[in-house]
Amino acid sequence: MPRVDTHREPMPKLEPSARRETFEEVAVGYEQATAEHEASRCILCPRQPCVGGCPVGVDIPQFVKALREKDMPAAVRILKSKNSLPGICGRVCPQESQCERQCVIGKLGAPIAIGRLERYVADWEMAHGPVAAAAPTSSQPSGKRVAVVGSGPAGLTASADLAKSGHQVTIFESLHTPGGVLAYGIPEFRLPQRIVKTEVEYVCSLGVEMRLNWVVGKTITIDEILSDGYQAVFLGTGAGLPQFLNLPGENYGGIYSSNEFLTRINLMKAYLFPSYRTPINIGQVVAVIGGGNVAMDSARCALRSGAREVYLVYRRSRTEMPAREEEIENALEEGVIFKLLTNPRKFLGNDQGQVTGMECVEMELGEPDQSGRRRPVVKPGSEFVMKVDTVVVAVGTTPHPLVPSTTPGLTVSAHGTIAADEGSGQTTRPAVWAGGDATTGSATVISAMGAGRRAAAAIDHYLRKGTGG
Amino acid sequence: MHRILRKEDLTPSVHLLEIEAPAIARKAKAGQFVMVRLDEAGERIPLTLADWAPQAGSITLVFLEVGRETNMLAKLCAGDYLTDVAGPLGQPTHIEKFGTVVCVGGGVGVAAIAPIARSMNEAGNRVVSIMGARSSNLLFWEDRLKSVSHEFIVITDDGSHGRHGVVTQPLKEVLERAPGPDRVIAIGPAVMMKFCALTARPFSVKTIVSLNPIMVDGTGMCGSCRVSVAGQTRFACLDGPDFDAQDVDWDLLLNRLRTYADKEKQALEMWRRQCASAPAREGESSGHAQG
Ligand SMILES: Cc1cc2nc3c(=O)[nH]c(=O)nc-3n(C[C@H](O)[C@H](O)[C@H](O)COP(=O)(O)OP(=O)(O)OC[C@H]3O[C@@H](n4cnc5c(N)ncnc54)[C@H](O)[C@@H]3O)c2cc1C
Ligand SMILES: Cc1cc2nc3c(=O)[nH]c(=O)nc-3n(C[C@H](O)[C@H](O)[C@H](O)COP(=O)(O)OP(=O)(O)OC[C@H]3O[C@@H](n4cnc5c(N)ncnc54)[C@H](O)[C@@H]3O)c2cc1C
Ligand code: SF4
Ligand code: SF4
Ligand code: FES
Repeated sequence: MPRVDTHREPMPKLEPSARRETFEEVAVGYEQATAEHEASRCILCPRQPCVGGCPVGVDIPQFVKALREKDMPAAVRILKSKNSLPGICGRVCPQESQCERQCVIGKLGAPIAIGRLERYVADWEMAHGPVAAAAPTSSQPSGKRVAVVGSGPAGLTASADLAKSGHQVTIFESLHTPGGVLAYGIPEFRLPQRIVKTEVEYVCSLGVEMRLNWVVGKTITIDEILSDGYQAVFLGTGAGLPQFLNLPGENYGGIYSSNEFLTRINLMKAYLFPSYRTPINIGQVVAVIGGGNVAMDSARCALRSGAREVYLVYRRSRTEMPAREEEIENALEEGVIFKLLTNPRKFLGNDQGQVTGMECVEMELGEPDQSGRRRPVVKPGSEFVMKVDTVVVAVGTTPHPLVPSTTPGLTVSAHGTIAADEGSGQTTRPAVWAGGDATTGSATVISAMGAGRRAAAAIDHYLRKGTGG
Repeated sequence: MHRILRKEDLTPSVHLLEIEAPAIARKAKAGQFVMVRLDEAGERIPLTLADWAPQAGSITLVFLEVGRETNMLAKLCAGDYLTDVAGPLGQPTHIEKFGTVVCVGGGVGVAAIAPIARSMNEAGNRVVSIMGARSSNLLFWEDRLKSVSHEFIVITDDGSHGRHGVVTQPLKEVLERAPGPDRVIAIGPAVMMKFCALTARPFSVKTIVSLNPIMVDGTGMCGSCRVSVAGQTRFACLDGPDFDAQDVDWDLLLNRLRTYADKEKQALEMWRRQCASAPAREGESSGHAQG
């Protein structure tokens, strides 16, 4: 067995002090030499367990091999034959729990940095101009039309696959910019909008028609789509309905859902106000409530938008935080102050109805609950007041009721998720499939893409064979 | 991109735009609104569907110049384009044969009440319309509202046209009649709707208002438009904008409307300065450039 190189190339990053001033991307990306060195560590194992860890089955050893042989166009083609959004995935996939977790080198040292290499290949293509696509598996036009609702990762992946299979695809997107959470949620400093734009353009270049500002359930219903000449529908509507805490005072001005806060900043570019005309109020002291990736993104956006102090208020301890370790570290490096084992009880406001403070209690960890995490319980007599002038509530989202409530025959679960077969995405309504956050609740970009891919295969099968998936 | 087919200045500060939007025109119902984004840097603002023509594929919006977006909109002309128009959003107004319906429109709210009065008329109701404005030069669509009403009252704060006073006075008189009206619908500035609610309260007649909180997406994904109705938080863009006037927490609505007052003022002043320094260019090419 050859000696294994366990030195993983670190990701160059902007200095924490510089980051507070800018929305520029934090992770700078590999240089050619570092990328080639990282690629050389891969032993191209024939069993390729890494591929099984990727929900869209990227041919990892093959693209890594092409990279180290300096055949970049080949690397691009191999990558894109399985993943239509590599620049996005290379940046935001939780690789540590997916492909990289299965990498054999990980048993001896640090696994191959698959995500970073994927990003390197995607960025190379963006810098050098589009590589001619590999021949689509079936370029024969099928004469069938498919409607895709939502342009998030699930919808984009389903569309790309369906278009490659020869179907005519139309995406209906309610917002004015495509991308779903990639456009309105994940901030510029983690995922620059130009990357999303380029990869959306790639999907459109496959022949996909993008209809923006089409709110399905309002502008058009699923029934109307199906009687308008579309033979099948894929619902990739995400989980975009914000949840609140239902505490007294929660409607004071200056209290935002994470969706509103991030949408104002990312989609509407409120950090460039007044050149961009959507305002946002970011005071001196901002409290973000929650402990997931969305809370980290909100806190880091608040810092970059001029807040003096940003607190992250979370009711359990750091161990239970659902956010990725990397994001927690980035937030701490940038100066986000963690207020752990703390829970808000009520919000305080001034006579103008704007938030001025938050009454909190301290928590202790008790017995494990159903999720296996120790349950936080209130410490008696621990009430205290935090002075804040902006609050972001980042405690989760659920699927939006608009499409289910206007589509007869579509069953939803008690949590509002659309009921669909896990393998094919077939819903309870004939000719309608669903996948991504709409069926699972908030999950990940790559799991949404995996669901989009599986549904596209089922829809293709249905359209060609004329049978249900 | 949505082409502006026609522009009309209804008063010096209230303007009408007829816009190409076939998909929206096909589905529009009285009481619904659209979200408009003027250009790439623009805010998304809600505007009520004042009219629509499914055959011609057009919708009509009427707006008052208040801040930067509406001032910029006012500069557009026929042939210009709006970058984004999404809709029709919100729940349509509940139209039914109730008997006698009072439709109160204040200020630019007249544009929103007109299609409702028309639909109520078509549904077989006796429509009593009350139209109010600060002064005669702010009145518009008097004939249009009159033509769909069985009884029509116009009133101005300064008495320059019609009766002298505010809309709650004739509203109270109509409510005091025997038999009284079966339903009241009031649309206008939040303060006006609040006082209409107070006026109607002793008469226990169902009173509907169309709330106008600040919105971002208009589709239920942000919560900016949250209002408190009967003690419950509701999203005006999704559950409304129509709500029972007696259940609305008016102070909350008024406070939330003030959230960005400083920033909006700053933005409007900045824009006015820009216009002053380049008046000719602004007037001619804004909008054309995006076509
Ligand atoms: C702030 C934030 C950060 C995140 N960070 C990460 C990360 O780092 N890594 C990761 O893997 N995951 C991350 N996630 C989760 C990930 O973004 C989602 O799991 C993923 O985007 C789900 O994809 P989707 O296609 O199912 O839905 P979405 O991305 O939500 O897209 C749904 C689309 O459907 C549209 N739509 C909804 N209803 C309608 C309708 N009625 N008509 C027309 N269009 C409609 C929406 O406007 C939207 O564009 C993050 C999420 C958030 C909110
Ligand atoms: C469902 C709905 C339907 C509406 N329909 C119409 C319509 O048909 N015609 C019309 O002229 N206006 C309508 N409005 C109000 C309109 O959206 C606002 O006037 C507009 O957003 C102001 O934008 P601006 O940039 O010009 O002003 P801004 O600079 O944003 O605001 C200037 C001032 O106007 C007030 N304001 C801000 N937003 C709103 C708001 N949403 N409602 C009321 N006052 C506000 C505030 O006091 C603010 O200080 C509607 C609002 C809603 C929610
Ligand atoms: S798409 Fe994500 S999971 Fe798949 S190989 Fe790339 S980084 Fe890994
Ligand atoms: S498991 Fe690791 S070493 Fe093996 S092919 Fe995959 S990336 Fe390379
Ligand atoms: S405007 Fe965003 S939820 Fe209503």
